[in-house]
Amino acid sequence: MVTSLSVRIGSLTLKNPLIAASGCFGYGTEYSGVIDIASLGGVAVKGLFLTEREGHPPPRIVETPAGMLNAIGLQGIGVHRFISEKMPELRACGAVVIVNICGTTIHEYVELARILSDVEGVHALELNISCPNIKEGGITFGCSLHGTADVVSAVRKATTLPVIPKLTPNVTDIKSIAKAAEEAGADAVSLVNTFLAMAIDVETRRPRLSNIVGGLSGPAIRPIAVRMVYECRQTIRIPIIGMGGIASADDALEFMIAGASAVQVGTANFVDPLIWPKLLGGIESYMARHHLKTLDELVGTLDTNAREKEWISS
Amino acid sequence: MDVAAEVLSNTHLSSDYNVLALAAPEIGRQALPGQFVMVKSGDRLEPLLRRPFSIFEVLRDDSQAIGVSLLSKRIGPSTTLLYEAKPGDRIQCLGPLGQPFVPVAPPGEAWMVAGGVGLAPFATLAEALRITGVKSKLYYGARRADELFHLDAFQRLGVDLELTTEDGSRGTRGRVTLPLERDLKHRAADATVMIYACGPEPMLAAVAAIASAYGRPSQVSVERVMGCGLGGCYSCVIPIKTPQGKPHHVRSCIAGPVFRGDEIAW
Ligand SMILES: Cc1cc2nc3c(=O)[nH]c(=O)nc-3n(C[C@H](O)[C@H](O)[C@H](O)COP(=O)(O)O)c2cc1C
Repeated sequence: MVTSLSVRIGSLTLKNPLIAASGCFGYGTEYSGVIDIASLGGVAVKGLFLTEREGHPPPRIVETPAGMLNAIGLQGIGVHRFISEKMPELRACGAVVIVNICGTTIHEYVELARILSDVEGVHALELNISCPNIKEGGITFGCSLHGTADVVSAVRKATTLPVIPKLTPNVTDIKSIAKAAEEAGADAVSLVNTFLAMAIDVETRRPRLSNIVGGLSGPAIRPIAVRMVYECRQTIRIPIIGMGGIASADDALEFMIAGASAVQVGTANFVDPLIWPKLLGGIESYMARHHLKTLDELVGTLDTNAREKEWISS
Repeated sequence: MDVAAEVLSNTHLSSDYNVLALAAPEIGRQALPGQFVMVKSGDRLEPLLRRPFSIFEVLRDDSQAIGVSLLSKRIGPSTTLLYEAKPGDRIQCLGPLGQPFVPVAPPGEAWMVAGGVGLAPFATLAEALRITGVKSKLYYGARRADELFHLDAFQRLGVDLELTTEDGSRGTRGRVTLPLERDLKHRAADATVMIYACGPEPMLAAVAAIASAYGRPSQVSVERVMGCGLGGCYSCVIPIKTPQGKPHHVRSCIAGPVFRGDEIAW
């Protein structure tokens, strides 16, 4: 049986559903010596502003139970240097590049979208309206229905690239935000970004991060993220890219059954940069075992029928 | 290169220091002095992330590299697992990573400055210097006499030792920068001396400042909290001086861990 792992996200076809999560894979080029980055469904690069940013002072991360907090503060080289310094290598590698864009105003998102639309090798735009680590812009859009709709519709008008707003879980009702994104013309949504959190050193009574608060990621957040993907699946029709704590093929499958067409992996890539072929192999063997030919037969197929009593022969 | 390295031996040097010998021939073959590996202790979700460790020794069997050893000090859950590791256990080990020390050539001299577990990168550096015939000296500071390790090995490599302890139980009492500064004062201005340092950051800052004050170049190996070791996460940044004046954060995993002492905005 020939199985296909390809997925469609708007006009974009990914060869498989595994995408490196933004901020957890540098600009992609850092990993080209470690794995074949073209073997991934896609690479979401580190969040980019129009200009360079220094980010927060260290310490920027701290480990927590089954997870980590980060407050990097979106340090980055800015879109122009990204295009001139990183895109040539990404193009040469054949990577499917999804650029994660950040702005403090709608105008900045639009400007970034315009600039990137003309760049060969940029396959999609992920709108970061969900970074919990910067005060201005970003998450303030992602926390309101209007803010989300305004950014998405403005970017939609400025580009023909697939537009994928990335949603924050730090809201009361994520599915209404997803709906607002869909109605404003998003091709897909990705969720979730990190959960706003903090950790304190009790001996010194100091925050463990220089920014005091940061975003929680890793296996600790997975059940909440799965629930959010499931809720959004009930509400919207556009594809969902799910993430939050995926560290094994089963974790990825869980998101897909809940309704994610593709998944991203962030924190687990820090622990095991060679995780990608393992995830892919695990998904392939699951599909073979369950006689599935395409991912459509899997995505959003949560079985909520009443459970039949199992026949246990003793 | 990521290998599930078998623990060949685990030598407890004290109640919190240990040397872990790992079977990792390819990492051993490629390792350069000052490089590090990212180690995952245990296979659980806690501790979740890997930790960086300088490569302490390259282990050889008949001049064939068979692995590397790590010098570890027990300070948290990861290092506790490493302290308790048993021969035969497997430890995930990614490397070698990072920019190595730039070796000085004869007739230059190498002065290595180590604080505590900061001794780690100097065993391989001393070996490399020995091969090229560079005269070398190790300034090594610890809390107490029984926390000064591996001295014989350095002596066998022809390294002059200058020891300090905080309690005065061996060598000079006080900080390791005391004898360093004393010697710099007396060294002829036309002699080439390269200073290498690894240890707590305040010590590195002090060494860099002293080196600059005496017009000597220095290379320091920093240890920042690292997430991935590959440049993926931007956690381990360190501020570097720029001509514009405002420091710029660079990733110490790929731009370092070795930096010129005078380029860091301490
Ligand atoms: C160190 C770090 C940096 C991140 N930077 C970004 C970023 O620049 N843009 C973004 O949209 N998300 C960023 N994220 C969020 C991740 O892309 C992802 O949404 C989140 O970590 C949950 O997935 P995970 O549990 O697999 O890591 C970052 C996460 C981490 C841990």
